[in-house]
Amino acid sequence: MDITNYTIDLALKPTTFDLWHVCLAGTVAILAGALILTLLSLVMCLARRKETTDAEPQVKIVEKIVQSEPIVQIVEKIVEVPVEKIVEKIVEVEKIVQIPAPAPVVLKEANADAALQLLYLLQNDARFIDFIKEDMSGHSDEDVGMVARVIHEGCNKVLDEHFSFSPIAKENEGDSITLLEGYDAAKVRVTGNIVGNPPFTGKIIHKGWQVTDVRLPSTVQGYNSNVIAPAEVEL
Amino acid sequence: MSFFDQMKKKAVETAQADESKKEEAKKPEKSVEVKAESKVDAVKSEVATEAAKELPKKIEVAPIAQKSSSKIDTSEGKHFAVGIDLGTTHCVLSYADITEGDDEFSQQVMGISQLTSPSIVEEKFQLPSFLYQAHDAELPANSTALPWNAKPDFIVGEIARSLGSKTPIRLVSSAKSWLCHAGVDCKSPILPAEAPDEVQRVSPFDATKAYLQHMRDAWLLLHPNAPLSEQDLVLTVPASFDPAARELTVEAARAVGLSHAILLEEPQAALYSWIEQTHGEWRKQAKTGDVILVIDVGGGTTDLSLIAVTEKDGVLDLTRVAVGEHILLGGDNMDLALAYTVKAKIEKDGKRLEPWQVQALTHGCRDAKEKIFSSDVTSVPLVVPNRGSSLIDGTLRSELTRDEVNSVLIEGFLPKVTVSERPVSRPRGGLQTKGLPYAQDAGITRHLAAFLAKQQNAANDLDGIDLPKGATFLHPTAVLFNGGVFKAEALSQRLIDVLNSWLKTENAPEVRLLAGADLDLAVARGAAYYGFVRKGKGVRIKGGTAAAYYVGIESAMPSVPGMPPEIQALCIAPFGMEEGTKVELSDSEFGLVVGEQVRFRFFSSNTRREDIIGTRLDYWQDDELSELNEIEVTLDQEGRRSGEVVSVHLGSAVTEVGTLELQAFSNKDNGHWKIEFDVRS
Repeated sequence: MDITNYTIDLALKPTTFDLWHVCLAGTVAILAGALILTLLSLVMCLARRKETTDAEPQVKIVEKIVQSEPIVQIVEKIVEVPVEKIVEKIVEVEKIVQIPAPAPVVLKEANADAALQLLYLLQNDARFIDFIKEDMSGHSDEDVGMVARVIHEGCNKVLDEHFSFSPIAKENEGDSITLLEGYDAAKVRVTGNIVGNPPFTGKIIHKGWQVTDVRLPSTVQGYNSNVIAPAEVEL
Repeated sequence: MSFFDQMKKKAVETAQADESKKEEAKKPEKSVEVKAESKVDAVKSEVATEAAKELPKKIEVAPIAQKSSSKIDTSEGKHFAVGIDLGTTHCVLSYADITEGDDEFSQQVMGISQLTSPSIVEEKFQLPSFLYQAHDAELPANSTALPWNAKPDFIVGEIARSLGSKTPIRLVSSAKSWLCHAGVDCKSPILPAEAPDEVQRVSPFDATKAYLQHMRDAWLLLHPNAPLSEQDLVLTVPASFDPAARELTVEAARAVGLSHAILLEEPQAALYSWIEQTHGEWRKQAKTGDVILVIDVGGGTTDLSLIAVTEKDGVLDLTRVAVGEHILLGGDNMDLALAYTVKAKIEKDGKRLEPWQVQALTHGCRDAKEKIFSSDVTSVPLVVPNRGSSLIDGTLRSELTRDEVNSVLIEGFLPKVTVSERPVSRPRGGLQTKGLPYAQDAGITRHLAAFLAKQQNAANDLDGIDLPKGATFLHPTAVLFNGGVFKAEALSQRLIDVLNSWLKTENAPEVRLLAGADLDLAVARGAAYYGFVRKGKGVRIKGGTAAAYYVGIESAMPSVPGMPPEIQALCIAPFGMEEGTKVELSDSEFGLVVGEQVRFRFFSSNTRREDIIGTRLDYWQDDELSELNEIEVTLDQEGRRSGEVVSVHLGSAVTEVGTLELQAFSNKDNGHWKIEFDVRS
């Protein structure tokens, strides 16, 4: 056979309108329609995502939806139903955003007097400021160590005298421990592989400290707490 | 409860957690009480396990007092038994609520509000017995204000001690020892003794008043509806305090409105505290025939007492049979001795120490000593940092070794001696500065040997206490220690060893240690308990006066030129006079001139037990009688002509308060005059 006989002539137009051609034209029309729909939904999706990233708190909600339902389904089931749902949630979140914004958290300011008093005690009974503020570079480890002993002892005395400490975890460091649901997150900080729900089981790295009693001295009115140590002049 | 459980509990019931928090907040207030109870338990279990005979020779170390922030008790109608330990170096106040009148006795030690540095007020269990005479320009205005007084007359307590440590010329210390110092007027401003003229001086009496006043006000702050003047108040004094010193103490209390205060000897207070802490178990630890030796070594004094246990109608009786001399030797001497040892070591290298460095060394040695005694380290480094803000340059360093502590403290203060040894007394240098008569011999064991030998016959009159023939000293069977010094087991053990070695030479059984005493707070605690005991709620130690008292009378003999007239000692108060009793010497007459002061020489003896009132001694051994400050009587002119001679006889009484009162009674009418302990010698 001569192959050239089968060469397709693209300029050729169908002269007859038979079933074959009808089927062919129908297929082309359906495919084109599907393509348009797909592109349309894609554009809408992108447009929505842009909107949501603008408002912080909404991120989570969208992410949840994306995670729980595979993308394929979105593409297939699409348009009408999910779009409506999403629009509903936007309204909800906007309401929430309005509530926390005008009620700023009032931060408690630290009491400088008590802090200064502690410095006073540490300096007077343990020479703490003298030690920390001293230039250590010119001294040997042995010299520093000697004096550190005095400071350490004094500081320990000050702490014992004015505070009662107790470790938060009663078990030893390195022991295994199980935290039940509702454990006090202020007292116990979990780290590392935090997944799932309590009870959590883990190893105690640091047993924690808490102050159970504070016994700071009272001061007479007019006391200048900024003076940590008065200058001393021997006559 | 494990951590896990706690968490669980907190998650379930937050309300309960809140309550437990509240309880935690209450805790520090009661900390002392709790400590005491745990110790009682320890004693109990010992009793239970021991087969009545041998007791463990172990000293329980009392925990160092922590501070408490006491709550103000505003309830009305409460009644307290309060004991105040008026110490040479610090005062402690202990109290118990006795409103209910039941047999429960639970006591606490009060946190005494005091200035710790200018403008800073803290509560501490101890009020240091120091008074500081600040210069007008020295402290900022109003910086000495106390919660109850914006401008106190005197600066006392921790602030006085800390300011005085840098300016000793303005510091009044050891006022208590001056009270018992024959030869000075305790009501004249003599302290600080070494101060320059411009420093305003105070009398030992005023200083004592200031400490009492401070505690009275600190009490009122916490108990606004139960002033101290309305409570049962017991003040402790050394057993060796003479009648004049006791009188001064009571007078000081009276001067600050505490006129109902009664006195108790410190070693007795320590024993009361021990009795209280055994919760009735003491009857199992002490038995008939026991002679309990109480060794109380405080900061500045050593006080010895013997208390005999006898039985009467099946009930154990306690009698204080002897007290020692006033020995000015205590824990502070030990710290000083260590500091001088280290000082000598440093100065060998050619360095000179300044006074402040010696003082810092003394502090360092105190801590280092405790560390060495409580652990098995062989040496503790001592560092005296530079006074300036640069710590490291100019820092003085040395170390205190276990050998030094052993040789200085154990061999120096508690040498192994035989019971026949006596304290060495050197003639004092002619140019001695006017100061306290500190003990010349630091050997506490030698003082103890002298005491036991001198009091060999102290318990002769008591049934059930028999010394073997040929004994050269009174054999104690049990020992009770008091004072922070004995927290060091090495020291208490050495004393026991020395005692046992003496007993062994005379084939007597070894002493038992009465364990469970709170070495720091026992005296105050025992004093509060005594207030409770006086209501008939417990065993009471009998004893009466610890000495017999005599007046010196010039004997009617032709005088020998060049020789002082011979004098006789006339007994006017016998040994062991009980509180609330009085005796009169009706058969001797003295003619006293109205309006004129008559002075008597005054003696005491803590060994002559047989002398009754009216006994005249022509001759006595040197160590039998010791001379006290003179006594004097002035007959007022009321209803009498000036210059009239009144015939009187002498008499004495021991008051309920515990002081000795001497009186002159008119032979013609009911007139009587108080004979004062003369303090103006």
